[in-house]
Amino acid sequence: MSVFALDFPEISHLLVWPDIFPSFNKVALIGVVAVLATVLIFLLANRKDPMKAPTGVRNVAEASVDFIESDIVMQTIGRDGLGWTPFLVSIFFFVFFCNITEIIPTAQMPATARMAIPATMALVVWLVYNSVGIKHQGFFSYLKNSCFPPGVPFALYFLVAPIEFVSTFIVRPFSLAIRLFANMLAGHLLLVTFAILTDALITANTAALKPIFVLPFFMLVFLTAFEILVSVLQAYIFTILTAVYIGGARHPEH
Amino acid sequence: MEAVAILAQQFNPDEKNNNAAIGAGFAYGLAAIGPGIGIGYVVGKAIESMARQPEAAGMVRTTMFLGIAFTEALALIGFVVFILLKFA
Repeated sequence: MSVFALDFPEISHLLVWPDIFPSFNKVALIGVVAVLATVLIFLLANRKDPMKAPTGVRNVAEASVDFIESDIVMQTIGRDGLGWTPFLVSIFFFVFFCNITEIIPTAQMPATARMAIPATMALVVWLVYNSVGIKHQGFFSYLKNSCFPPGVPFALYFLVAPIEFVSTFIVRPFSLAIRLFANMLAGHLLLVTFAILTDALITANTAALKPIFVLPFFMLVFLTAFEILVSVLQAYIFTILTAVYIGGARHPEH
Repeated sequence: MEAVAILAQQFNPDEKNNNAAIGAGFAYGLAAIGPGIGIGYVVGKAIESMARQPEAAGMVRTTMFLGIAFTEALALIGFVVFILLKFA
């Protein structure tokens, strides 16, 4: 498609990758690599001698586990939720590695910019927090605590209960998936836009236009740095929302 | 209004695409207003409380990111609508 004589590729060209072999394309490959990288970090960290001061990859592993324990689990679920740390650490690293491929040269595609991975992860989180709620409160009690928040006048429950039901059981997984997906898709399209602008200005036929390429180029560099921040932040937000949902299902409001 | 009527008369095969593009632009622009104001409030209040009580900064920051995530979801749904209108 052409905007002001600038050739902007179709969105399908930017997001749909050809199959490497049947039903397995680059996005699926990035997903597999993200799983392997997550496993590899903790295997490598585990091999080091625990009596020496931690170095390298063990530092990363220890810092991230400590961060997730103190800043996510303790703040949202509480001390009895520390058993959820491995689950949350896995989610954090998997989402982060799926995101960070957005800015890694030759990959240049966040796996989470296709709906499959965010939707599956949101479904897993939905199943987990509902199971936790049913296990800790019982099915009907969990349903009652989710739909009827305490401290509301009786007449208002006719209004509040359906809203709470829809927001807890339908909107939550939907918004969890959309948030991750749309953030990474927006970042990917922004990078593509400024890369195309830079390229079009460098190869412009008019000599006067050529020096202007520095403007979109610096924007591209800045946005690449910004996307590192977004990758970490989205992984963090996905993890902390998972923890908040698990905490809410575990400790109903009184 | 007259200009709109004249524009509507000049039917061409691209009209649906053009309308979709205009709608997409408005969808995202309008969807960004509310969350923009909302995130401004969330972060502003969070900074205010962090300045008043620096020892509570960690807890405030966690809650701030949660608030941003919930507020931002609206803008992102607007962005998805933009993509759907423009390309689907």
